[in-house]
Amino acid sequence: MEPVLTRYIREPNSYTLDFFLKHDGYNGLKAALGMEPSAVIDLVKASGLRGRGGAGFPTGLKWQFVLKDTPLPKYICCNADESEPGTFKDHVLMERNPHLLFEGCLIGCWAIGAKVAYIYIRGEFFHVQKVLEAELAKAYAQGYVGKNIMGTGFDCDIVIHRGAGAYEAGEETALIESLEGKRAQPRIKPPFPAVSGLYNCPTAVNNVETLCNLPSILLNGAEWFTSLGPEKNGGPKLFCVSGHVKKPGTYEASMSTTLHELIYGHAGGIRDGHQLKAIIPGGSSVPILLPHELEIPASFDAVAQLGSMLGSAGIIVMDETTCMVWAARNLLYFYKHESCGKCTPCREGGDWLHRILTKIENGEGEMRDIDLLTSIGSNIAGKTLCAFGDAAATPALTTVKHFRPEFEAHVREGRCTVPADWRAARTPVAH
Amino acid sequence: MSFHPLMLYDPERFQRSERRLLEEGEPFTFAPERRAALDELLTKYPPDRKRSAILAALYLVQEQQGYLTANAVRHVGGILEMTPAEVEDVATYYVMFFKEKVGKHVVQVCRTLSCALAGAERVTEALSHTLGIAPGETDPSGMFTLLEFECLGACDRAPVVMVNNEDWHERVRPEDCGRLVEDIRARGPAASSGCHLRIERP
Repeated sequence: MEPVLTRYIREPNSYTLDFFLKHDGYNGLKAALGMEPSAVIDLVKASGLRGRGGAGFPTGLKWQFVLKDTPLPKYICCNADESEPGTFKDHVLMERNPHLLFEGCLIGCWAIGAKVAYIYIRGEFFHVQKVLEAELAKAYAQGYVGKNIMGTGFDCDIVIHRGAGAYEAGEETALIESLEGKRAQPRIKPPFPAVSGLYNCPTAVNNVETLCNLPSILLNGAEWFTSLGPEKNGGPKLFCVSGHVKKPGTYEASMSTTLHELIYGHAGGIRDGHQLKAIIPGGSSVPILLPHELEIPASFDAVAQLGSMLGSAGIIVMDETTCMVWAARNLLYFYKHESCGKCTPCREGGDWLHRILTKIENGEGEMRDIDLLTSIGSNIAGKTLCAFGDAAATPALTTVKHFRPEFEAHVREGRCTVPADWRAARTPVAH
Repeated sequence: MSFHPLMLYDPERFQRSERRLLEEGEPFTFAPERRAALDELLTKYPPDRKRSAILAALYLVQEQQGYLTANAVRHVGGILEMTPAEVEDVATYYVMFFKEKVGKHVVQVCRTLSCALAGAERVTEALSHTLGIAPGETDPSGMFTLLEFECLGACDRAPVVMVNNEDWHERVRPEDCGRLVEDIRARGPAASSGCHLRIERP
């Protein structure tokens, strides 16, 4: 497939307004502004564009749910808090093609009737934020953002808002809380943001990659977009491949591409002299897939059929030197650290899972601990306000499910049975 | 902080409060240019929603004095019409705000899975050895603080090390750490290898 989103990213100055204008820049917006907002929503619905942030929810539908007849202002919040371990696609888009994101934000604002779009960018992407700010200033100066955009009478502002290091801020209602100047903790739903979001006004929260897909849909039409992928999984998709592969990176492909092709074709295969042990297909929060399960299209639906999720399409590849108890412990440290603390199952359970995994990894585990992992994990998943709980339980549940003998060997032999030279010599300590 | 019949019990490690009170610190007011920057930012949010600018305000505090103090929290609260407790509530939630004095260079190593698969644990060990401090500590000279950080979002260039919340070093190998530390000591932010996506080099 010819790249759409990343077509020009390797070219010098691809991030500048001049370059962007020479390559169809802001033409999608021009097309949108010539249509009724409801027609834009219908077009996006017809394209079947699904949210690229993780859940894969249809974007057109999300916009349609945004309240129309209300005196309140409406908002677009762009979720640029890319924090899912293994995901780094929005990073590329924002740094190399910031105007595409601005154009997408403006199309979204036109469609739902918003006058402001907030781009919530994670604090760690400071260098990306500098690019965004400089380019946004240029777009303002040349009349592509701000008052009377391109002489059409449409006013819309874009504000870049820097986060400060919170994974949970990637959850849409937590992002809204954080934008309001509070702790990034999720809200009880309903009401959904479409009804009561930022400042209690109707809000659509969209991922960076989702918004970046809009200009090309406006220019090329819904049919073109759906034709790029399998049914209900149309459009170009960015895949991030990292871990034990020869060429880790962001690759744009159709969702009909197989996982095998992404790992062995695009990313060059497993590093020399090693074999594939397992992959996590959609960012650290989703269940593991095994080497024999890779001949499926990397689409939302096909991966879901195998009991995992495409999520944010962050594919983490692990070879045979990876200890699965260690990997689960690494991720559980992440989840216990990043848990916002609002719901007890996640706050306490994540910590418990981490302690038990550390105990097993250090060779101090007992056989009953393995079942305890499953029991605690099952009591977190589905029992929290947001999807974080499920995400936190997953690494423990999925590693025990597929690699139970490895856990048992740790307990039996009283040591880590899969040591690797790239790991620290120090013994992990739970704290 | 909780109890379960099968869970490990150890008040030194688990059942302890992690709450720390902020140091009082020196009297604090924003330097005029930072106050102006904050006032400019406030125009981007609805007038009755000043607290939206709190993260930006706390970054400005850190820019001015390196870390957060109780005096700075009160000052920020005064500007954003929040109580000091509300400001502290937010400040203590986000990991990029330092709640105690840190070194001039805060070295933040990504420790999450993709970086760990690429050897981040050994990078932390090497930095720890070079600096003579454990993660979470500041060296006696006050130059360096070593921290472990969660996924920085550049897993294709693992392991990633960030310095002072801003400057990136990518594909750091354990054997490079000695030189990296010297380089940061000598050149500060200029030592940063920068993000690999930036292909236009001066």
